[in-house]
Amino acid sequence: MRISCVVNGEPRRADDVWAGESLLYVLRERLGLPGAKNACEQGECGSCTVYLDGRPVCACLVPAGQAQGREVVTVEGLPVGADGLHPVQRAFVAAGAVQCGFCTPGLVVAVHDLLERHPDPTDPEIREALAGNLCRCTGYEAILAAVRLAALRDGGDDGPEGRLRDGGDDGRPDQGRREGP
Amino acid sequence: MTGPPVVVPTVGATGGGIGSSPVRPDGTLKVRGEFAFSSDLWAEHMLCGVTLRSPYPAARIDGIDGTAALAVPGVYAVLTAADVPGDRYYGLEVADQPVLAIDEVRYQGEPVAVLAADHPETARRAATLIRVDYAVRPPVTDPEAALAAGRLVRHVPIRRGDPDATAEVVVTGEYQVGMQDQAFLGPESGLAVPAPDGGVELYVATQWLHADQRQVAAALGLPVDLVRLTLAGVGGAFGAREDLSMQVHASLLALRTGRPVRMVYGREESFVGHVHRHPATLRYEHGATRDGRLVYVRARILLDGGAYTSTTPAVVANAASLGVGPYQVPNVTVDAYGVHTNNPPCGAMRGFGAVQACFGYESQLDRLAEALGLDPVELRVRNAMTEGSVLPTGQRVDGPAPVARLLGLVRDRPPPPPAGPDPRELPGGTGGTTTVDQVRRGVGYAVGIKNVCFSEGFDDSAAARVRLELLGGEPTVLVHTAAAEVGQGLVTVQAQIARTELGVERVVVATADTTVGSAGSSSASRQTYMTGGAVREACRAVRARLLARLPGPVPERTDLVGGQLRDHAGQVLASLVDLLDAGPVEETVTWRHRPTRPLDPVTGQGDAHVQYAFAAHRATVDVDLELGLVRVVEIATAQDVGRAVNPRAVRGQIHGGTTQGLGLALMEELRVVDGVIRNGSFTDYLIPTILDVPPMVVDVLELADPHAPYGLRGVGEPPTISATPAIVAAIRDATGLPLTQVPVRPEHLTGTC
Repeated sequence: MRISCVVNGEPRRADDVWAGESLLYVLRERLGLPGAKNACEQGECGSCTVYLDGRPVCACLVPAGQAQGREVVTVEGLPVGADGLHPVQRAFVAAGAVQCGFCTPGLVVAVHDLLERHPDPTDPEIREALAGNLCRCTGYEAILAAVRLAALRDGGDDGPEGRLRDGGDDGRPDQGRREGP
Repeated sequence: MTGPPVVVPTVGATGGGIGSSPVRPDGTLKVRGEFAFSSDLWAEHMLCGVTLRSPYPAARIDGIDGTAALAVPGVYAVLTAADVPGDRYYGLEVADQPVLAIDEVRYQGEPVAVLAADHPETARRAATLIRVDYAVRPPVTDPEAALAAGRLVRHVPIRRGDPDATAEVVVTGEYQVGMQDQAFLGPESGLAVPAPDGGVELYVATQWLHADQRQVAAALGLPVDLVRLTLAGVGGAFGAREDLSMQVHASLLALRTGRPVRMVYGREESFVGHVHRHPATLRYEHGATRDGRLVYVRARILLDGGAYTSTTPAVVANAASLGVGPYQVPNVTVDAYGVHTNNPPCGAMRGFGAVQACFGYESQLDRLAEALGLDPVELRVRNAMTEGSVLPTGQRVDGPAPVARLLGLVRDRPPPPPAGPDPRELPGGTGGTTTVDQVRRGVGYAVGIKNVCFSEGFDDSAAARVRLELLGGEPTVLVHTAAAEVGQGLVTVQAQIARTELGVERVVVATADTTVGSAGSSSASRQTYMTGGAVREACRAVRARLLARLPGPVPERTDLVGGQLRDHAGQVLASLVDLLDAGPVEETVTWRHRPTRPLDPVTGQGDAHVQYAFAAHRATVDVDLELGLVRVVEIATAQDVGRAVNPRAVRGQIHGGTTQGLGLALMEELRVVDGVIRNGSFTDYLIPTILDVPPMVVDVLELADPHAPYGLRGVGEPPTISATPAIVAAIRDATGLPLTQVPVRPEHLTGTC
């Protein structure tokens, strides 16, 4: 079948789509947008999170046909500043929230959605909002720091100390001690 | 190959030297979704490869017929063991695992045939048409029965002091550790491209390019130089990428079809596509004086290696040699065994034998503290290893061993606040099933020990090529190694070392590949030590060549800072730009840590390990005993890292490692019934979410190891080791239950199992 939809603001078309293909497959394999990742095929890990008509979805669970005539935004389509990064993306880099990075695109979209709805979330609200995104590397501490940092840059009024209370900004270990041999 | 080139990540770095935390050079690509992971690769005319796997844990194969599958339009090849041109067996330590099953299968999920087609769905459906005649056998799934039947992989005995020592206070216990999965997020995947010279180019996510190269070349029957590997983006590893997965299969299909072949596992396939952490049964007897001095430890550790050898021999050696923990014990008798069964193969996972032992000996220390009426931290401190202590292997610890101090750091952290009314911060979560008055709080401690780098006389080396040249008039360093960046931040660290050694801001770290010598594996917490050490030495060799370009005598001490060569008084001798005018300087160095020795096969004595690393945890938990629910409230970690080369990355390793230890304590277990995995999906195999992980507070000590580059100590594994027993100790503290098994399940708490 043929699928036409708007992806990252551009009208796109995919031909010869097999009916069983997911939106994730079409984005990755037919439209050249590998940003959304496939890690579980079951909607458990959130690595494939994209916007469908403004709502975040697990693209692995959306049959491609359902995207017909609709609007999709992927991590590649987030609005960016002069450095090519959205504040959420900038915060992830700055806070050390990226290790292997496989979960990162999905988390970036999920955090973008959270801050759109809730510009100044508390830690429990952040945890609740991101409970559908698995990360295996970071233990989530630096991801929390990144969300706090991004919230600040989105117009929050706390000082960096208030938002980056676990030292995520400069990455120094808290209570670091150094002694010579 | 025509069309656009394969995209592989190449990174350029900016920022500071060692001891700082510059941003990751691959960070921007990763947050933009543009970093090319091994599952993102693409090539013109590429085919999709799939694997047909055994549904049975044990069966004889009486015949395989791929005719019907090959007849499906869009299918290009169906291959079995008969199509493997070279060695039909492979393995990291022992080549005993078939590339494709030969006459029998020994575990559920064992590869039997591979197939290439032009669409993944075509490939999947066609694979179901491959007819395999199985004669099913009863699987051996009980490791005790396997040991009794002589299916031993390795026995490591440790004998020290008096085997018949007696003590005033004796505690015994039997403990069990479940099969944990590494559960990296990026599935096994890669792209094999046939080359015009008859070889193959393989782009793959792995931990050790050269170990893959050696095994792939042997299986293909090709000389090593015709099998060229490039590291594709790696979506986490944690030990699961040490053994081969799709490397040989994709190469076989590519060479047979003459077309690029990509293979990408799904999650369910990934659970059978790599080795797991060894499940273990550990029996311990600890004897102590009434004032709490350990007199003896006797232990028997049985590790289920599953169907093939993988790294079981080394895991057994770790469990044995680290089997009494970071304590001074005069009399030790340990026997650790690894056996073959028809369960899924087990091998490397973060902590590698030390995780299982730590759950045993730390559970015992708590039991002993209770028997003695001593505070559990005080008992540990009284017996803590220090610099100069002698391990049960007879090896003297010749670097800092701040075990007591690490325990003190986590003990002295202020306690977290008591449970409040917010259901999101109670064991039942937003379900609202737990109320504050139902909550029982507990606190637990644990400390662990891990060897860093490869042990037992292994010739452990790492190569680095460093080139310093003018690019656009600016001094630029190119660092090239084969070391696998698996997420830990090695690319950042390599650039930091080059900046520190050569005083040059602009450093590019080339994509890892096999055109430079082996870096060894990104495992055993060794890569900053080893490849970091190699990069440092290569930089110093480059610096020596630069000095030789100085006109006139060379001062004894010089510094390279800010693009200038200075003498010890800070006087500028030359600018780097001038020195490099004569052309680039390039050096390649192969670097080794100090040698180790094998363990004596009878007594287990020997200086087998390079370096030891220590971490301690304090866990605070809230338990809802009625429903068997646990919420970890806070975890405090203290770890000695020798030198924090990149403090942010150190914290990241401690956070992530601790979280994997939490997973093993509370939720992560592959449930294997009669040799068959029952929960091979992320719906059923649970890893910690952001709601499961508490705030983590971290103390980092930097006590330099005089034998290691910059004094650094491997960081990645220690936090995983002691997190698990600390959490279980906290649950015991809250409930009074013995809890001898991890993961702790709700029914262990409610008594309904």
